[in-house]
Amino acid sequence: MNADVILRLEAIEHRYGARVVLRVPELNIRPREIFAVVGPSGAGKSTLLRLMNFLEKPTRGRVLYHKRAWTPNTLPIELRRRMTTVFQQPLLLNASVARNVAYGLRVRGACNGKASIRRALEEVRLAHLAEQAAHTLSGGEAQRVSLARALVLNPELLFLDEPTANLDPGNVKLIEESIRRANEERGATVVLVTHNVWQARRLAHRVALIYDGEIIEIASARDFFEHPQDPRTRAFLTGDLVY
Amino acid sequence: MGAFLEGFLQAIQLIFSLDPGLMEIVRLSLTVSGLALLISAIMGLPAGIILGLKDFRGKRLLVAIVYTGMGLPPVVVGLTVYILLSRQGPLGGLAWLFTPKAMVVTQIILSLPLIIGFTMTAIAAAPAALPMQLRSLGATQRQIVFTLLYEARSGVLAALVAGFGAIISEVGSVMIVGGNIEHKTRVLTTAIVLETRRGEFAMALALGIILLAITFSANWLILHLQGRLDPRQ
Repeated sequence: MNADVILRLEAIEHRYGARVVLRVPELNIRPREIFAVVGPSGAGKSTLLRLMNFLEKPTRGRVLYHKRAWTPNTLPIELRRRMTTVFQQPLLLNASVARNVAYGLRVRGACNGKASIRRALEEVRLAHLAEQAAHTLSGGEAQRVSLARALVLNPELLFLDEPTANLDPGNVKLIEESIRRANEERGATVVLVTHNVWQARRLAHRVALIYDGEIIEIASARDFFEHPQDPRTRAFLTGDLVY
Repeated sequence: MGAFLEGFLQAIQLIFSLDPGLMEIVRLSLTVSGLALLISAIMGLPAGIILGLKDFRGKRLLVAIVYTGMGLPPVVVGLTVYILLSRQGPLGGLAWLFTPKAMVVTQIILSLPLIIGFTMTAIAAAPAALPMQLRSLGATQRQIVFTLLYEARSGVLAALVAGFGAIISEVGSVMIVGGNIEHKTRVLTTAIVLETRRGEFAMALALGIILLAITFSANWLILHLQGRLDPRQ
């Protein structure tokens, strides 16, 4: 295994019942990169993310984190706490914004996180709403709180599952800026799942197209968008991929 | 109307005079129902959480049993416990019949399904993806359970209200297994029955008003807690 790999998937096959939803012979995530996974809805992108975050165990194959294979049950809590996912639905707790952002710190027993909570909220430009009840937020604000809740943990691996789906351009821009800063300033390795090719183009260093549970093409962002090799990638980029 | 007013005035008089006989009845009512509620909560909250969170074989049957338990007729529970605890019954050796212990047992049987059922519903109402989100934020299994319980706090408090309300005001089963023995097993509800039979309507009403006041106070306290704990209310 290449030393320059933080997370590796080997011979992955994942089934729901008899249906194979994902088949990935090999996939390497490199430290400090933004890796975007694009593809149509239902292609297996979110499943891939759940396997990478050790939230589900693959039916077959191995997921290696720092060169060792783990499963959701064997992954030590210290390693689990070095990664987190921002889901498409920002499931916030019935508490204030600040308490939501503090959640990950609290479960880690970190009591003095006020400064980092404030910083995370400032990053998503919501510091002024810190004491507001989470249920009063708009969809875009809630998603930004969800991102702040992940950023405050300074994750080594940050997984983002369609983080800007259904959001207005202003919120999309704010969230994309935060993702870029998490990568550049906090040093997080980011795996971004999106069906928005423009977002992948704006953010990613490398991009993969996943279609019908299989990775069709992986390339640097420039090659992926300017010189796609697979006809299905070309069709997806032009909006002509029928699914 | 006259009897009601007389009963009300007598209730006020009894409460403020701290009548020892009345205080004994109130104390026993609160002890029996409080203890039954506590034991039901200790058993029912974890059971409700498991039923609300986990899918397993036989869950549907268990849920059906819990729902049936939520509508158990108290006299039938009293009769069953009576048979079990009677001298010839399988638990006759305990000698619990006509003691507060037997009353606690029947009240546990009546309140436990309510607490399990309401807790299960409250926990199951949380978004299905929330446990996964919490796990992803670094929570352990135990922390996830406590977070879900806290998220469902309004429903859990409602479970306790329902459980307490069902047993503090219940008369059928405690009458059968307790026997309404003065200074021993007489509680507010059985005392009301006795006073009504005696034709002492004013006293019966006074006891009823005290019972209502206790129930109201307990519910008000819990609603107040709900309001303080839940920013949506």
